[in-house]
Amino acid sequence: MAPVQAQILPPPADSNIVPEKIRDGIDLQINGEHYRHTGDPKMPLLWYLRDVLRLTGTKYGSEHGENGADLVLVGDKAVSSITLPMDTLAGKPVTTVEGLAARDGTLHPLQQAFIDEDAIGCGYCTPGWLIAGVALLRRKPKPGDDDIDQLPNLCRCGCQTRVRRAIKRAAAGKAGQP
Amino acid sequence: MSAHRGNDTIRLDRRRFLQVLAGTAGALVVGIRVADAVDAPLPPALLGDNFHGLGAYVRIDADGNVLIGARDPDTGTGVATSLPRIIADELDADWNRVSVVALGLGVGDRNGQPDWIYGSQVGGTGHSIPAAWRDLRQAGALARWLLLQAAARRLGVSASRLRCDSGTVIAPDGRRVTYGSLAADASQIALPGQAPAVKAASSYQLIGRPAGDVNAHDIVTGHARYAIDEHLGDALVAVLVHCPWPDGTLARIDTGDALAQPGVVKVIQLKPEAGQPLGSTVIAPAVAVLATNTWAALQGRAKLKLEWKPGASGSENSSTMEQQALATLASQAAPTTRVRNDGDVDAAGKKAARRVEATYVQPWLAHVTAEPMNCLVRLDKDRASLVVPTQAPQKAWAVVQRLTGLAPAQIQIRVPRVGGGYGRRLDHDFVAEAVILAQAVDKPVRLLWTREQDFAHDYYRSGCVHQLSAVVDRRRRLTGWNQRMASASALSRRGVPEDRLWSSELRADQLPAGLVPNFRSDWYAQPSAIPRGPFRGMPHLSNAFAVESFIDEIAHQLREDPLKTRLRILGEPRQLPLGDGASLDIGRLRNVLQLVADRIVWKNWLHSINGLGIACWHVDGAYVAHAVEVALQGETLVVRRVACAVDVGRVINPLGLEGQIAGATLDALSTALNPAITFKDGRIQQHSYKDYPLASMTQLPREVEVITVPGDRTPAGASFLAMPSAAPALANAVFRASAVRVRRLPLMKELLRLL
Repeated sequence: MAPVQAQILPPPADSNIVPEKIRDGIDLQINGEHYRHTGDPKMPLLWYLRDVLRLTGTKYGSEHGENGADLVLVGDKAVSSITLPMDTLAGKPVTTVEGLAARDGTLHPLQQAFIDEDAIGCGYCTPGWLIAGVALLRRKPKPGDDDIDQLPNLCRCGCQTRVRRAIKRAAAGKAGQP
Repeated sequence: MSAHRGNDTIRLDRRRFLQVLAGTAGALVVGIRVADAVDAPLPPALLGDNFHGLGAYVRIDADGNVLIGARDPDTGTGVATSLPRIIADELDADWNRVSVVALGLGVGDRNGQPDWIYGSQVGGTGHSIPAAWRDLRQAGALARWLLLQAAARRLGVSASRLRCDSGTVIAPDGRRVTYGSLAADASQIALPGQAPAVKAASSYQLIGRPAGDVNAHDIVTGHARYAIDEHLGDALVAVLVHCPWPDGTLARIDTGDALAQPGVVKVIQLKPEAGQPLGSTVIAPAVAVLATNTWAALQGRAKLKLEWKPGASGSENSSTMEQQALATLASQAAPTTRVRNDGDVDAAGKKAARRVEATYVQPWLAHVTAEPMNCLVRLDKDRASLVVPTQAPQKAWAVVQRLTGLAPAQIQIRVPRVGGGYGRRLDHDFVAEAVILAQAVDKPVRLLWTREQDFAHDYYRSGCVHQLSAVVDRRRRLTGWNQRMASASALSRRGVPEDRLWSSELRADQLPAGLVPNFRSDWYAQPSAIPRGPFRGMPHLSNAFAVESFIDEIAHQLREDPLKTRLRILGEPRQLPLGDGASLDIGRLRNVLQLVADRIVWKNWLHSINGLGIACWHVDGAYVAHAVEVALQGETLVVRRVACAVDVGRVINPLGLEGQIAGATLDALSTALNPAITFKDGRIQQHSYKDYPLASMTQLPREVEVITVPGDRTPAGASFLAMPSAAPALANAVFRASAVRVRRLPLMKELLRLL
């Protein structure tokens, strides 16, 4: 069988493809979407989410994120977004509360469990509890009370007992059931 | 086509009228109009395009969807759910077809004066449900009546033979007509001469049944928008530095570096307006940095070089104030106000078989709302539009009106869900700041406080000292009670007369008033320039801790079971008049005590290794008791169990009520365990959650066992009902577990000191 002669074809005459230069900025992946941040690399992620992307589910709670309202998932880990400069995020998948549900709107089991248990006070810190809870469930799908005790969030409305129930409900696969 | 039906109204009371309008696209709209409201901004979703002057609460669309307006701001109290359910039940609406709209401020213009279209609009003070019970049911009942009349005509059956069920009118022969198809006809029915009767309780479908938060889906998906989440395209972000002293001054300012920060547009100085009451003007002198985005504003703020000079408050120390309070109460000084004086306390003291005395010290407290102070404002020539996280939009309105001089109805205030209130948002210093800044830059402004400022610039709950003395006769009856309290009034510099300043600090009718023949309650004012204001659960919170701890101490002196002592002091079930037509129902108070005692298995009180504690209180016609079980493991206090029983009369939403009761219980425990505000040389010493530790999950009980007493009395508010008795029940349990009587809060610090 005769060898196939490789042919080097000239590019089509109407091509407008030009090699791209390396761009400035930080490649971000937030809730599965890709963004490029070309502003201040030291800006905390929280302000990028809230001011630039207008993803306002992640809340400002305090300067150092002690009350957990600003938690996001970086990979599977819950991290305070006000302590995360943009330049630490290149290529790391970030999930905010807006990204917990499936694309078709199906809620994450923990979101559904929060609704089932009415685990909501004023609701301001709820996104942070959800992120912390989802991180816990990913790390430990059947968390015990001692694990739930370790959640870092603070809440003056006193939603803690219902959050505990919601996490247990989600872990038991009973979200959405009566 | 929509048509105004003129003077078609039903008078409810002196100022309130029911009114009906034909809405756009065949909708029926029912409202409660207050006096002669005209030209008001109304939520368009509720009203369509051209209705004015109607305090609209219900809109039934031709497609069967029902919109119900929620009158009061929801700061986490659940009123966005419970108030509309009161209306929906009267209407026999299908709750699944109901959407709730936050009404925002309803203000009209009556000869230049504000006309509050929806009546009073306040959240988080325990008044929303009682107020709704008085008037909101009528709106639902009238809408239902109109739909029934329309159905009667269409079906040729007398209205009295029709019934309503989940948005449908049903005839005796089984024919069904939906509300949606009746809405247009119903809007043309002539009104009855008087308001239709509200339902009998036996036919409630929604009231008394559990309902989840109407905003739950938006909240768990992150789509719920709080005021802090609102944007306007060209709004500047404003962040501030406040002077550490409310009465201090700016000695030096260098804005060069701040202005050089990319994105920073302007630096503006602010000052409290002289003569304005606290809470209506800027809280302290401040310098604001305005920038195109939050990060730029914060960076600019960090580069400000400021030097502040203290005012008179620069000499204030919280520890000194406490010493002064103790010294005053140790002296024979005359009180600022004698709040109550029954019988003859001094004479009773001379005949006493036994005297018990104790002094309780409680710290200053901060509100620490989850959502920090913020405000979005846009000023136009003839209009101000604001989004404000407030508990009291009418008070916010007053601040905007004073600063802008606009006509009443030219001020629009939207109040989305609010991230916690606890009384902090009854004050509107932050609204004044935002309006003044917007005026200065001629652009919309989005104001944001950082947490550090929230701690350092609050209208705090004053620290207080209670000196209690009781005498018991030979038959162990409590015959004399002498309460002396010293604190800085939350009403100072708020236009309240001197002789009423005590009323934010204690109640004349609080336990055990009326139960002890010789009873005296004195209040001693403490001067302070540190701002104070309303605080969740006050004045019950501090008084219940002192009084209910003290009753335990009396029981201990008498070598008696403290539950038995309480029941003995309360006496037989009866109505005890409290003045102003109110009364204390001893039977209901005994009942909640007994319920928590049974739940915690109180018979173990004497022998349990763990400590059991109990306490009770009453708040405006509602009754509460807590029982707590603690274990002390080395220096770690474990709250093993907490039970709370409440009697609020009729329960509107049991799930919501349970949430409020469990939540307030945890808040009260968290507040008692660790945090305290202190100040030195007039400067607040707490700057972050680390300095003011709210309880983490490990420190809180894993469950709060809530017991709700079923009832059919007029519902009482419950948003802070479970605050007062939680901390004394905890301290009483700690005493049983450790033999340490904690008479000073925060509890953990004192317990560890005394162990």
